[in-house]
Amino acid sequence: MAIITGGTTGRKAKWAFIDIVIVLYALIPVVWTLSLSFKTTESQTDKNFFPSEWTFQNYRDIFTTDEFIRALINSIGIAIISTLIAVVLGTMAAYAIARLDFPGKQALVGVSLLIAMFPQVSLVSPLFEMERNLGLFDTWAGLIFPYITFALPLAIYTLSAFFREIPWELEKAAKMDGATPAQAFRRVIAPLAAPGVFTTAILVFIFCWNDFLFAISLTSTSASRTVPAALSFFTGASQFEVPTGSISAAAVVITIPIIVFVLFFQRRIVAGLTSGAVKG
Amino acid sequence: MSQTVDTAPTAEATPSGKKKPALSEGKRAERRLGLMLCAPAAFVMVAVTGWPIVYSVWLSLQRYDLRFPDQREFVGLSNYVAVLTDGYWWTAFGITSLITVVSVVIELVLGMLLALVMHRTLVGRGLVRTVSLIPYGIVTVVAAFSWYYAWFPDTGYLTSMLGLEAPLTQQIPSLLIIILAEVWKTTPFMALLLMAGLALVPEDLLKAASMDGATGWQRFTKVIVPVMKPAILVALLFRTLDAFRIFDNIFVLTKGANDTSSVSMQAYNNLIRGLNLGIGSTMSVLIFLAVAIIAFLFIKLFGASAPGNDAGGRR
Repeated sequence: MAIITGGTTGRKAKWAFIDIVIVLYALIPVVWTLSLSFKTTESQTDKNFFPSEWTFQNYRDIFTTDEFIRALINSIGIAIISTLIAVVLGTMAAYAIARLDFPGKQALVGVSLLIAMFPQVSLVSPLFEMERNLGLFDTWAGLIFPYITFALPLAIYTLSAFFREIPWELEKAAKMDGATPAQAFRRVIAPLAAPGVFTTAILVFIFCWNDFLFAISLTSTSASRTVPAALSFFTGASQFEVPTGSISAAAVVITIPIIVFVLFFQRRIVAGLTSGAVKG
Repeated sequence: MSQTVDTAPTAEATPSGKKKPALSEGKRAERRLGLMLCAPAAFVMVAVTGWPIVYSVWLSLQRYDLRFPDQREFVGLSNYVAVLTDGYWWTAFGITSLITVVSVVIELVLGMLLALVMHRTLVGRGLVRTVSLIPYGIVTVVAAFSWYYAWFPDTGYLTSMLGLEAPLTQQIPSLLIIILAEVWKTTPFMALLLMAGLALVPEDLLKAASMDGATGWQRFTKVIVPVMKPAILVALLFRTLDAFRIFDNIFVLTKGANDTSSVSMQAYNNLIRGLNLGIGSTMSVLIFLAVAIIAFLFIKLFGASAPGNDAGGRR
């Protein structure tokens, strides 16, 4: 294991085989959903992995119903707004944690760690009752608040890990040149931190995009129901003719952003997920 | 400068003793900025979790069923007695614990293998890392539906391939499928956390061990694992707490039928389906306590340290 010199063809073949196993592991469920989404209604029950007849009908169906389009808009809007707010607040807090000395710093780190471990279901009952009283139930804001809250620890950890790697000297140099700490933050550190902020934004977006528990508990109509929640209502509605095709097509649609992120930003996502873990 | 006293009262004590006034002003400005920058994040986190958890404890002490709002009254701990003497709750608790332990153990083994491959592979390192991120990134509900249709008698390629009748209508096969779905989705995340630990293993140490005649397995158990221990514990802690909250996969795969319900499913069913805020909140509080106990045990027994806690990691 320890020797990485050259590599004979035999060893390369061994690794290539292992790689293929991993690729199959990761892709089979995804390809299966893709394949189901292209199957015609009659061929859905033929139990073949790949469709024998191909059709776009399932996609046409979901994009002609308000239910799916509305859910997609909700998903995109809620995830983007939550991501923006969480990343802005997280950047501010992470900068302070990584760079500044102030009372209550450890407490903040502790609180965000607690929230990272917090069972979301414990918040469902109080939030359900509070949001009904405040008129936030079944609104975008009603989902955005919990999303920001649970995204913040992720954002703070990832960002403070990135911020620690930015050289101190630059900030000091800026201060020597007469910049206030706030200016040093805006002019010097923020541009250097941009890649880290971008990575964090992707991770936070994936988190918000993924949520299901809050999405089904804190919504009751299509006004704010996101796609993962709407999917489960596709099934519940009709017991006997399970809308396999529609669900699969909708599932494929909401997987596209994930595939795009993974393909284009693999390095960044890996760096983001691993950076927080090494410290400690 | 008198207004700084309000925002940072402790700033007063330090400068009077040791430091020069010029420095203390810079320090005070730093503290003020630090507090200002953290305030919004801290406020949101506390407002959305701190107060609701207190409110949840308050709700759990009441008889409060939204179908019969008139009968709302303070009942002390009787909701806790009701839940803790309920067979369904303990079944769900057992099922949740079982799923957590089995899936985390499998994930640790597979995750370690995957981490080694991602760290060491000679060919296609980018490819392996890219595809591994797909299970991590994919929406859990989407993956759950994929497994559901794969095992569903009418549509499933797996049921027909393996000659099964309807695995999702029986308890044990359902649990195995739920664990499969969990493991598939979260192994790559585990692997990435472990890979971060692998990167810390010094190459020289492995070379030296190899010179001394250590086999691959010996190098793994005697060198790699001890160096990686903190990373392994952090990964285990995070995944255990995460697995204990399992909800999405069970909701889609079985809806909790045939005794496959988790504690989160139970709380959801009482709350949103049953509209019983009292009982639902009681379960919420109990789940919160269970998670807190798990975290406490991890930190006390295994000395898992909090990531990001740079000031003297382990205690």
